[in-house]
Amino acid sequence: MTDPVRDSAIAIARAVNAREASAAEIAETMIPHVARADAELDAYLELTPELMRAHAARVDARIAAGETLPLAGVPLAIKDNMCVTGTTTTAGSKILEHFIAPYTATAVQRLLDAGALPIGKTNLDEFAMGSSGENSALKRTRNPYDHERVPGGSSAGSAAAVGGFEATVSLGSDTGGSIREPAAFCNAVGFKPTYGRVSRYGLIAFASSLDQIGPFARSVEDAALVYDVMGGHDPLDATSVDRPLEPSAPHLRDDLRGVRVGIVKEFATSDLGAEIDACYRQAYADLEALGAELVEVELPTAKYGLATYYLIAPAECSSNLARFDGVRYGLRVDAADVGEMYEATRAAGFGPEVKRRILIGTYALSSGYYDAYYVKAQKARTRIAEDFARAFERCDVIASPAASSPAFGFNAKTDPVAMYLMDYYTIPVSLAGLPSLSVPCGAVVPDGGSRPMPMGLQLATPLFTERALLGYAHAYERATRHADRLTPRTMEMEGSMSLRAPSGNRA
Amino acid sequence: MATDRIDIRHVARLARLALTEDEIATFGPQLGNLLTFVDELRELDTDNVAATAQVIPSRNVQRADALRPETMLSREAALQNAPQAQHGFFRVPRIIAEEG
Repeated sequence: MTDPVRDSAIAIARAVNAREASAAEIAETMIPHVARADAELDAYLELTPELMRAHAARVDARIAAGETLPLAGVPLAIKDNMCVTGTTTTAGSKILEHFIAPYTATAVQRLLDAGALPIGKTNLDEFAMGSSGENSALKRTRNPYDHERVPGGSSAGSAAAVGGFEATVSLGSDTGGSIREPAAFCNAVGFKPTYGRVSRYGLIAFASSLDQIGPFARSVEDAALVYDVMGGHDPLDATSVDRPLEPSAPHLRDDLRGVRVGIVKEFATSDLGAEIDACYRQAYADLEALGAELVEVELPTAKYGLATYYLIAPAECSSNLARFDGVRYGLRVDAADVGEMYEATRAAGFGPEVKRRILIGTYALSSGYYDAYYVKAQKARTRIAEDFARAFERCDVIASPAASSPAFGFNAKTDPVAMYLMDYYTIPVSLAGLPSLSVPCGAVVPDGGSRPMPMGLQLATPLFTERALLGYAHAYERATRHADRLTPRTMEMEGSMSLRAPSGNRA
Repeated sequence: MATDRIDIRHVARLARLALTEDEIATFGPQLGNLLTFVDELRELDTDNVAATAQVIPSRNVQRADALRPETMLSREAALQNAPQAQHGFFRVPRIIAEEG
């Protein structure tokens, strides 16, 4: 028998495939557990118990017919900017509050076909724009380790659901750090594959040249399992890369002998405060203890990452969100003529952060400013990508913080630019399209807090080297096991002392 | 000063976004501050640098000009989320004004 609340995806799938547990039993355990726990956490916008039961019945029938499914019976949460047929798909926005998806995103479909059970749709910053989760127009998700703190954004609910043991794995989307930063805040592994590795078909677009779907999990092994199932070419997405996906699972490694780890000179952590600095110094020392050679690398243009990102992403957002005009789907505010209808609908439907980004993007793309802002940013992106390529001549993987602090309190950051600085370490990696993940690396007690809050170590490797990246992260995770040292508050309330089963080895 | 550079009402019109006076008072300075922030890009030398629109090697994707029923929405499904539909079409307010 398996414990679907605490067990790894690997352990659950193994038990279901071996008929030691049924998917139906897993669904009937998770449905009341999540309903109870989410009253505290608010990770979900919509729970889908009937859909979960229907998929469980299908999985059990397929297992009975002799099939083996890589994700048999694994409870899955899905960020609510991914379409799932028949579910409300809101993107965290009033403008799509009642939108029912007429089709299913490819990444989601592949996981469901592999036996995953959809628990529900998770909260997010509106249209995936934000670094704290506070920009959702529909709900406030709490950090599972301190309910007075943010879960991180934009994949707030997906990170909180996994970190809070309300899902075994979940899907998020990362544009400038929206998987890695909330993973760091919520004690989860958050993995952004190389741009183009996972189909974006069915993902509600924010910034199309940056958006990438990726998994949250409580171990690197589980993240690798999900990625191996959902990655690969999709003819329905013209930006999907048409090259073979090398399975990452068999190449998870136990040490880092012969691996050169780049520590970025410009990413010195001493400005982050003594405790955070010590946390990252220890993480780098742990990598070295595993046999890695630490080398200093330079990314002189990384400091331009934020400025570059906050021109490119809003420009693409202003273009992508032009489709929300009250004509074909979503909110409509009636008006005398169609022009007024557009303006009133968008005014009522979008929240402040979305409006801010549409305005800056429209400005950056407007006549007279296009070359000075948008084209300049696209050239800066080239310089940043070139810097990474040079750095990778000297190292195999770059290690850095995933975020500049642990989770902060609600309403702690009111200045948009101060909020944007949260993504300082993740954004340059996104601009270069690199695969990258955040893995738990310790905990610090933040200013004004009384509980230790999780921290995340970001690892990034060259384009299309997911297999190596996951291997390095697995070795670090196995040696340090930082995630196991924290217990989410909802589980404390249930009196659980032992949360994690030993990581399962892949069959 | 960056705040003076941006005509927020004009940009909002381009974006088809109605703003209240309060929003104009809030967004104007915020966008000005953001422009000041992104102005640091000016110091980065990008002469003779190609612009990167996509970071991965990409090529034009073409397919046969044929129906793909597996990805087509039925008319009913396409209209399922329409704010207003009539006779199988999306219904919108009058677009063409009467003369005079």
